[in-house]
Amino acid sequence: MSFNIIVLAKQVPDTRNVGKDAMKEDGTINRAALPAIFNPEDLNALEQALQIKDRFPGTKVTLLTMGPPRAAEIVREGLYRGADGGIVLSDRAFAGADTLATSYALATAAKKIGDFDIIIGGRQAIDGDTAQVGPQIAEKLGLPQVTYAEEITDIKDGKAIVTRRIECGVETVSCPLPLVVTVNGSAAPCRPRNAKALMKYKRAASLTEVAGDQAKIDYIEARPYLKVQEWNAAYVDADLQQCGLAGSPTKVKGIENVVFTAKDARNVPATDEELEGLIKELIANHTIG
Amino acid sequence: MANFYTDNPALKHHLTHPLMEKIVELKERNYADAATYDYAPADFEDAMDSYDKVLEVVGGICGDIVAENAEDVDHEGASCSDGRAHYASATKVNLDATRKAGLMGMAMPRRFGGLNFPVTPYIMAADMVSRADAGFENLWGLQDCAETLYEFADEDQKNRYLPRVCEGETMSMDLTEPDAGSDLQSVMLKATQKEDGSWVLNGVKRFITNGDADIHLVLARSEAGTKDGRGLSMFVYDKRNGGVNVRRIENKMGIKGSPTCELVYKDAPCELVGSRKLGLIKYVMALMNGARLGIAAQSVGISEQAYREALGYAKERQQFGKAIISFPAVYEILAVMKGKLDASRSLLYECARFVDMYKIYEDISKERKLTPEERKEMKYYSKLADAFTPLAKGLSSEFCNQNAYDCIQIHGGSGFMKDYACERIYRDARITSIYEGTTQLQVVAAIRHVFTGTYLSRMEEYKAQAVAAEYEEIKNILSAMTEAYAKAVEKVEAGKETEGYADFMARRLVEMAGFTIMGWLMLGDCQRTPDFKNSLTVFVNWAQAEVARHADFIEKFCPCELAAYKPE
Repeated sequence: MSFNIIVLAKQVPDTRNVGKDAMKEDGTINRAALPAIFNPEDLNALEQALQIKDRFPGTKVTLLTMGPPRAAEIVREGLYRGADGGIVLSDRAFAGADTLATSYALATAAKKIGDFDIIIGGRQAIDGDTAQVGPQIAEKLGLPQVTYAEEITDIKDGKAIVTRRIECGVETVSCPLPLVVTVNGSAAPCRPRNAKALMKYKRAASLTEVAGDQAKIDYIEARPYLKVQEWNAAYVDADLQQCGLAGSPTKVKGIENVVFTAKDARNVPATDEELEGLIKELIANHTIG
Repeated sequence: MANFYTDNPALKHHLTHPLMEKIVELKERNYADAATYDYAPADFEDAMDSYDKVLEVVGGICGDIVAENAEDVDHEGASCSDGRAHYASATKVNLDATRKAGLMGMAMPRRFGGLNFPVTPYIMAADMVSRADAGFENLWGLQDCAETLYEFADEDQKNRYLPRVCEGETMSMDLTEPDAGSDLQSVMLKATQKEDGSWVLNGVKRFITNGDADIHLVLARSEAGTKDGRGLSMFVYDKRNGGVNVRRIENKMGIKGSPTCELVYKDAPCELVGSRKLGLIKYVMALMNGARLGIAAQSVGISEQAYREALGYAKERQQFGKAIISFPAVYEILAVMKGKLDASRSLLYECARFVDMYKIYEDISKERKLTPEERKEMKYYSKLADAFTPLAKGLSSEFCNQNAYDCIQIHGGSGFMKDYACERIYRDARITSIYEGTTQLQVVAAIRHVFTGTYLSRMEEYKAQAVAAEYEEIKNILSAMTEAYAKAVEKVEAGKETEGYADFMARRLVEMAGFTIMGWLMLGDCQRTPDFKNSLTVFVNWAQAEVARHADFIEKFCPCELAAYKPE
């Protein structure tokens, strides 16, 4: 028994190590100042996929990432850890996508891949923190979804057995394949890069990355396993009206630069008067409401 | 997100030593494997790039996983029940990470599943692992034993055992016994050949690091009735066959993550490795030389950890209104720690390169006849490796103990408490100058090269190398140290007929040789990487005084005074 698994992964700015120039004057993110990394919970998702591959030899793990051509780095990171291949979904038409447009694009790519049993991704990306893309893909593909997954403990009789991390405990569910799983950060950390895979795939690249360098192109063409596939909107038959900015109902009204001033926690006595005072205060300073 | 490779530029400095090009070219047989293996390098740059990338993986695992787990492993320790040794839970996490990263069998040829790394980058990995957790190095580093199997086992044994090591099975070298520690000639474990030609082992081994390993190399007495080393042979025991139980594990001062076992062999089936009677005199000697280089790396790694802990604390700790690092009494200690660290690392990698050169030639000689020039070069490096291994093991383990001591001193009262890593470092460091041959035994191995002139002639070679003008003064100091050493050797040699006199002076002479060589090596380092200049100045100041102290002692000492030292 073996499975085809698509791992959704996103290249994100490393918001865990934010320096003082992480934000531009206008309040948008300064991507140049933050290293681009593999979204942490997507690494947890990759580990789940690789564990299934360990248990069911012959299982194929394919990374799917949407982003600029440099997102091929995400595919390489996956290859170093044991994935079988990867696709960079890249097109100017995808730029400026909110979660709806992103899930649309990824869903069309998943359809193009076609033969899959599991789509698995991290719960959320550290740049947007929405946790919407995974569930939206499931809806668009009409598939069942298991969110907040901590471990896919087994796959038998066409069903995946998944442990979920929920408030105050864990829950084990069984869900028919194919399905979409989003993985929590509390799941097993991803395995390190493997030395042999690293040496084997260190020159893996998409043709855009090596454009203009004939020697590198020839090198990759002679070794198909090094070629990171790049798919554009036309290739996945995407409706451009549903892609990128055009397909994004989210509108940014404004960005405010908030500086936290309070340093210590404050104790508020649990009386009606005190709580009412606190709520009024929070409404007044726009923390809520 | 610590990375012990990228945060320590000294490693890359040593990785890019000019001799590496030749080492890699020989090791890769002109890059012939590239046609067969998709992970083999196509040329020198490709190989160096791969070492660099893989060492970065090692550095990441060390920084993020092994170092983070070190305290838990130290507290939980290994345990023993039902005849088996059990690792601490975090040790299993460490092992799992290094296995998944494919870092077992790093130096093994690709046809057995290894990475075919030369010794030098492999030792760099050992350096980092030891900095993360010295005890874990003992488990991970025992992959060294595979080298002995590779060198001396038959093809069938290699095919059966080496791929398992590369896949991550652990090894042990079962040498010592209750009455055979430093004196391995007294080994009594009995190997008996049955009628069908197979062998079984019976008896007890003690102080066996990772003694519940998957694959054991065992030194045993195959020749009944013999009493010395010539009656000993080397065997390989496979845990899958059973017959060896762990009676107890030692309750140790440090390196608590690595179980030190007492083993009981009851008709344990095993296989002879190589030829009978060569167990100690040939195979164990080779095994020990590899292991000694490993301990030198472990010592350097511990020194690194000690220095960093001390430096970090000295910058943070405020007394009298300022950070204690601003006081000369404190920054001198730190500077000398750094000097010893850099010096021992330079010696370590010089030695590793020597080992690479002769071992690769030795390996090539099994495939084809070496040219006379190659043969000459192999002998040259073999002799240097033989001379530098005890020097590196002996001196870097002493330095690592000194650095661990100073690390606590910098921490003051807090360093005496269990709250800081320095007390673990201190306990972990202590064994390095004891196992795989005490410093005293390293001196016994090294002293030959003092009297035959191996060290002196190598010093002359260093001296012949050109240095930038700004280093002329230090070069003069090193030349004077070299002369003082040569003079001391002459003086001791002249008094050799007095029984015990030369042995009595041996450690002083070996230290003089070692400190001077380290100075020369650091001078060479500075020609490539000027960042080492302060460290060079500090170390040479320190070493100069040490050499002068020994020279003075030797000069003034009368062999007739020896009697005053002898026990009643």
